[in-house]
Amino acid sequence: MEGLFFNVNNGFLEGIVRGYKSGTLTQSHYASLTQCETLEDFKTQLSATDYGNFLANEPSPLSTATIADKATQTLVDQFNFLRSNSVEPLSKFLDYITYGYMIDNVVLLITGTLHERDTHELLERCHPLGIFDTMPALCVATNVEELYQSVLVETPLAPYFRDCLSAADLDDMNIEIIRNTVYKAYLEDFYNYVSTIGSTTAEVMHSILAFEADRRTINITINSFDTELTKEQRAKLFPAIGRLFPAADDIDQVRQVCENVGEYRSFFDNSASAQSNGDLGDFGVAAQLEDRFFRMEVHLNKLAFLQQFQYGVFYSYVKLKEQEIRNITWIAECIAQDARDRIHDFISIF
Amino acid sequence: MGYTTYASFGLPTFLVIIVALYLLFTDSGEAFDVGRFLEETSPFVWGSLGIGLCIGLSVLGAGWGIFLTGASILGGGVRTPRISTKNLISIIFCEVVAIYGVIMGIVYSSKLQTVPEAQLYTRDNYFTGYALFFGGLTVGFCNLLCGLCVGIAGSTAALADAADPTLFVKVLVVEVFGSVLGLFGLIIGLLMIGNAKEFLPGSPAVSAIRI
Repeated sequence: MEGLFFNVNNGFLEGIVRGYKSGTLTQSHYASLTQCETLEDFKTQLSATDYGNFLANEPSPLSTATIADKATQTLVDQFNFLRSNSVEPLSKFLDYITYGYMIDNVVLLITGTLHERDTHELLERCHPLGIFDTMPALCVATNVEELYQSVLVETPLAPYFRDCLSAADLDDMNIEIIRNTVYKAYLEDFYNYVSTIGSTTAEVMHSILAFEADRRTINITINSFDTELTKEQRAKLFPAIGRLFPAADDIDQVRQVCENVGEYRSFFDNSASAQSNGDLGDFGVAAQLEDRFFRMEVHLNKLAFLQQFQYGVFYSYVKLKEQEIRNITWIAECIAQDARDRIHDFISIF
Repeated sequence: MGYTTYASFGLPTFLVIIVALYLLFTDSGEAFDVGRFLEETSPFVWGSLGIGLCIGLSVLGAGWGIFLTGASILGGGVRTPRISTKNLISIIFCEVVAIYGVIMGIVYSSKLQTVPEAQLYTRDNYFTGYALFFGGLTVGFCNLLCGLCVGIAGSTAALADAADPTLFVKVLVVEVFGSVLGLFGLIIGLLMIGNAKEFLPGSPAVSAIRI
């Protein structure tokens, strides 16, 4: 039944977003990009794709940071076009996508202020999709209470921060706890919102968000192995929408918990072959795990495009474009640093 | 229970119960007489309602299908302008559904002739009235659902064509099958009034209403 009324408000934008998606780089594009010798070649190759002349006004020599910034700017422009042409409930859905970036920006600003960095430098490093009006005022706050009362209460992030008010002061450890608590509240809120929109959107987004929750759960568990975070404190940071509830002390127990869920079983495979390649240790396993997470995320996001008349395509497009920007940045870095043996270490999308 | 549930189910049920109990308690229960209603209602009512439903529901289905397909063609055509010409076929299929409704409306309305009230109520006129009503309802609903089907299939065809040009003809086959539904409605609608004569005056003795 969703097909009957979806196109009234959202048919045009769904067509636009699918058009954007058909312009993402394919295997053949990546093949020609990896064969570039210099960043100028890279720029020429990219101008033949949907990116067009996004680097046209940049003075040479190009830096990879410029390429990444300009590519992110094309994503932001596309997203703003979609956002300004949308109506409820799509506009609220698109806003929810930006909240994740807003949380990252807020945490970045707090951490930067703690370490006494320059305000302008911090503001430039914020992700453009997560910018909100009162962001510069965040730099003057010194504890969470003041932060909340003066700045956050007017932003859409206010309900997520309410649970953190008990954190007494800011230090590096507590910042991560704050970030994870707020992100957990955001994921659960997004999950609940998506359940109210419609059955197809809910179906598609539930699987994507549940995976995101599980990924954060695994990351929190692994990262807190050697810290003084107790199991109860850790459990409070896990979003309630995932499928994993690990109570683990080391990486083998995490593997056992993951094997209960079919799709995650392969995340920890091949550890034997990894160790035979040299002593990668825990760091190597973590990097491999991160890679597997990205692959799974790309796979789930691609699946969202197989259904019509739902909002998941908008979310998936943003995430896939981000992955593409990461890929381009990786290839550009490999070219710039002349490390061509690892140039194929990206995750191709289509 | 939300307010809309109360309004849409509760209020009409309440009113029906009140009216029924009123009739019961004021000893006029016999006023509720279905047979008398059918005998007293003019066949013109049934006939005109049928024609109205026929063209109304057909146009609703066609319009619905066209906006479903049109929105997707417009969206997909921004990046892939080549799809806009080929996908007009989907719009034409939806339009054909409205044309079926117009044809049936014209065929049915040829049965409507003026007959004075005193000579209206003959068996044949009753039959024509009912045949026009239910024929129009059949055609209308068939075309409504056909228009919806072709609309959704056309929307998917447009987006599939934008992604991969070889898919268009294959999805078009689905649409062709969908548009045949409207044709079925047309055929059955014609069969239903096959035996119905137009409204003719009868002899006064048998054609006045008995009150």
